[in-house]
Amino acid sequence: MEVLSLKVNGDTRCLAAAPQATLLEVLREELGLTGCKQGCDKGDCGACTVLLDGQPVLACLTLAALVQGREITTIEGLAPAHRRRCAESPCASKQDKLHPVQDAFDEAGALQCGFCQSGMILSATALLQRDDDPKRETIREALSGNLCRCTGYTQIIEAVERASDEHAGREHRPRAWEQPATEPAGEGES
Amino acid sequence: MAARDQHGPQAPWRGEFRVLTKPQRKVDGAAKATGEALFTDDLALPGMLYARTLRSPHAHARIRSIDTQAARALDGVHGVITGADLPQSYGVIPWTQDETALATDRVRFVGDEVAAVAAVDERTAEAACALIEVDFEVLPARLTPEEALANPEPAIHHNERRPGNISKHVKLEFGDVDGAAAQAAQVVEGDFSFHGTTHAAIEPHCALARPDADGRLTLWSATQITHYLHRALALVLGLAPEKIRVIQPCLGGAFGGKSDPFSLEFCAAKLALITGRPVKLLWTREEVFYAHRGRHPMQMHYRTSSDGEGHLTGVDARLLIDGGAYSSFGLVTTYYSGQLLTGPYDFPSYRFDATRVFTNKPPCGPKRGHGSVQPRFAFEVQLDELAERLQLDPIELRRRNLLGENTTTVNGQRITSNGFARCLDEVERASGWRERRGRLPRGHGLGVAGSMYISGTNYPVYPNDMPQGGVQLKLDRSGLVTLFTGANDIGQGSSTVLAGIVAEELGVEPEAVRVVAADTDLCPVDLGAYSSRVTFMVGNAAIDGARKLRRQVLAALAQEWEVAEEEILLAGGRAGLFNGDRDLPMREAFVLAETRFETLGATGSYNTPTLGGDYRGGTIGASPAYSFTAHVVEVRVDCETGVIRCEKVWIAHDCGRALNPVLVAGQMEGSAYMGIAEALFEHHTINSRGLHAGPSLLDYPLATSVDTPELAALIVESIDPEGPYGAKEAGEGPLHPSLPALANAVHDALGLRLRELPFTPGRVLRALRSQAEAGS
Ligand code: FES
Ligand code: FES
Repeated sequence: MEVLSLKVNGDTRCLAAAPQATLLEVLREELGLTGCKQGCDKGDCGACTVLLDGQPVLACLTLAALVQGREITTIEGLAPAHRRRCAESPCASKQDKLHPVQDAFDEAGALQCGFCQSGMILSATALLQRDDDPKRETIREALSGNLCRCTGYTQIIEAVERASDEHAGREHRPRAWEQPATEPAGEGES
Repeated sequence: MAARDQHGPQAPWRGEFRVLTKPQRKVDGAAKATGEALFTDDLALPGMLYARTLRSPHAHARIRSIDTQAARALDGVHGVITGADLPQSYGVIPWTQDETALATDRVRFVGDEVAAVAAVDERTAEAACALIEVDFEVLPARLTPEEALANPEPAIHHNERRPGNISKHVKLEFGDVDGAAAQAAQVVEGDFSFHGTTHAAIEPHCALARPDADGRLTLWSATQITHYLHRALALVLGLAPEKIRVIQPCLGGAFGGKSDPFSLEFCAAKLALITGRPVKLLWTREEVFYAHRGRHPMQMHYRTSSDGEGHLTGVDARLLIDGGAYSSFGLVTTYYSGQLLTGPYDFPSYRFDATRVFTNKPPCGPKRGHGSVQPRFAFEVQLDELAERLQLDPIELRRRNLLGENTTTVNGQRITSNGFARCLDEVERASGWRERRGRLPRGHGLGVAGSMYISGTNYPVYPNDMPQGGVQLKLDRSGLVTLFTGANDIGQGSSTVLAGIVAEELGVEPEAVRVVAADTDLCPVDLGAYSSRVTFMVGNAAIDGARKLRRQVLAALAQEWEVAEEEILLAGGRAGLFNGDRDLPMREAFVLAETRFETLGATGSYNTPTLGGDYRGGTIGASPAYSFTAHVVEVRVDCETGVIRCEKVWIAHDCGRALNPVLVAGQMEGSAYMGIAEALFEHHTINSRGLHAGPSLLDYPLATSVDTPELAALIVESIDPEGPYGAKEAGEGPLHPSLPALANAVHDALGLRLRELPFTPGRVLRALRSQAEAGS
């Protein structure tokens, strides 16, 4: 066992862990931050994505001992940090429960089972930090390490675009099913 | 049919929807977005032990003996169980109960469960598993259906009624198929094959069992069939059902892969009972590939006949189905492989002859579009071939064969609403089909396909006359309405749909409805999330229950205000009159109702009407309503590398009525994504030694956001007469046309007919080579 000091969601936490303990194990089992998910424990699925100094990393492939002193952000840290920011800056008009990316995911229907979402949302947040108006191709690239089995990625991409539009004060782009359909055929179906 | 099942498709308050049919956020959306939502593996209990499973290294072997002494002696080990501890066999279908939680005398595939250990942590449990000595007598393994049929002994399962490794055989014939072929102007005949795929939900299977202090047992599990699991646990553990509570926490995707009772649920429960401590058993990703229950590999021979104008006259199918080591839902799969093909086209004669065979591989089962995705691929490609022969536009050929609404299929299934013709119109328009198809440069093409799917099945897996769907509702002076239902929300959003229905009926805001789901102690029975049944059946049950409460609230208000009930409108969290007079917060209306009628509660039920053909198996595939889908797929094929790039899929789906269009679109897109990925990438392969070719999410290639095409969901509504407000399913139907539409697009692009899935670059290059040779 080693004593580790980790900075998670703004708090410094001291804990004992085996030298081979991954960040995923420590977050889930020692700190109770179960929003970080284990889909494979091998670096293949992206469900365990967290932010390390703002950059997405796979917690299942990261040794906890090696990230001491770095800024670790999990899904649980997003909304409280957003609320803090809102409270501090009087110009921020919206003081929502959710971080804008979380809110966009919820609104766009991007959360089906939700198992991939903490990783997805964190990858998307990191993307929007470096590019606040990403093209579709850029979004696809940035999320390509996060597997989703439910959505076909469409509503996830729409969520990222929605967050970007919201940030820029733009209108939301219409989705395929919002376009007007053809009139029902008059003479029935046969 | 009971009157309680019929509510009519109209909106409750003078025909206008206020909550439904509009995008609504999910009831659990915020919890999922913040990481607050708890999945089974997120739960931890004081004193909890961790379990691991020991699996067979052999594809087929007899167990001579098992020595667990060294494992038991390991420090930190609290319990070791083998097949002798859980000898009772089970299976989701009562007639084919051929599984045990742990092998009793025989293992049937590499990965079959042999023993389980509970210890202080996973590493100790794993180490203990390695200390268990199993003496195996290796038996010959049959890895293909042909091999299994040719070598009946040693049988994979001993079954006097069905010897020769046959799991199920169904042959049904309607009309004169051979006569139709003999007289047909056109006969298209050919072989097709589907390779086998798995669900690969991102959440691995997990179960947590707790022996409660009062002598009962609680099991939390990542299951989509809480009720069937409850029954299976009672059977296998030998406990009365009232001593067992099953809870499904948040579920991380299922797609049919969590609709059997699994070994880990029984093992966690048994180990908890033995040790007296909570036990968690989480399968690794590798183990999930062994649990499988994925889409069956099928070899399919189809012969489709038509007259000179392209009207279908007969369809003749022969299917060889590779079932893997156990029955699972295989009896139903075998029926579905034929029964679900008889729409959206009309043909007067049909025969299918389907045989499911046991092999020494991970068991196959139901995967999104159960049993019917593979036949649909073959048939829709043949329709394209037929159109080509007749020089007809493939959409036109399909239009000439429309089944239509309010009719009966050749195999006796009742069809009510049917929006398929409009689905074809939609994909034709949106894809620019008329201007583009057949006119794109070589390598670039468009293809079309259609399909039909069930909205729930008439056939509960164990025969009974009790309701198939149920809810219980309570409301009180707090203003909150609570809906209890056994229905499993597996990410598809069923709890959100049900909350929307209750909000619409009772006029409260959706946030004032809480859904308590999939807890066998608290919720009335529902059969579970399978066969696309939940919106249709539980939606109807929710309307049934909510209307009973609504009557009480209206009666109380009418008395208070001295008006007729018809003048009252409950909407947006307020009670008032349609003419604008009166305005009361709903909470106060509920106070009036609670005062007059005392404690308020209601139940709601749904049962299917009597349906199905009058022959053995005629009820399998019978559904109270069918959904319809058409796809157009656009591809670009690189002739140098053989790589098919699917660029876009237009998905038009008749879901009856879109109660929440965001959820419906999400189901349509997710379905099409999965279908395209199965056609291009996914391959659940077992090699010639019985080993899984790559049980990881890297080796089993899932489509990433970069590989997935643009998906355009085009919602078509046909307002079903019996669905809740006219709704039908959206979660499985829209997968079917993806595969054949893609194959047909490749034909448009290059003139190649691909009949063998998946369409790997190697296969494309081989086909191109044969094409060049034939041309030269
Ligand atoms: S759990 Fe870390 S990548 Fe899958
Ligand atoms: S929402 Fe289920 S895996 Fe992405």
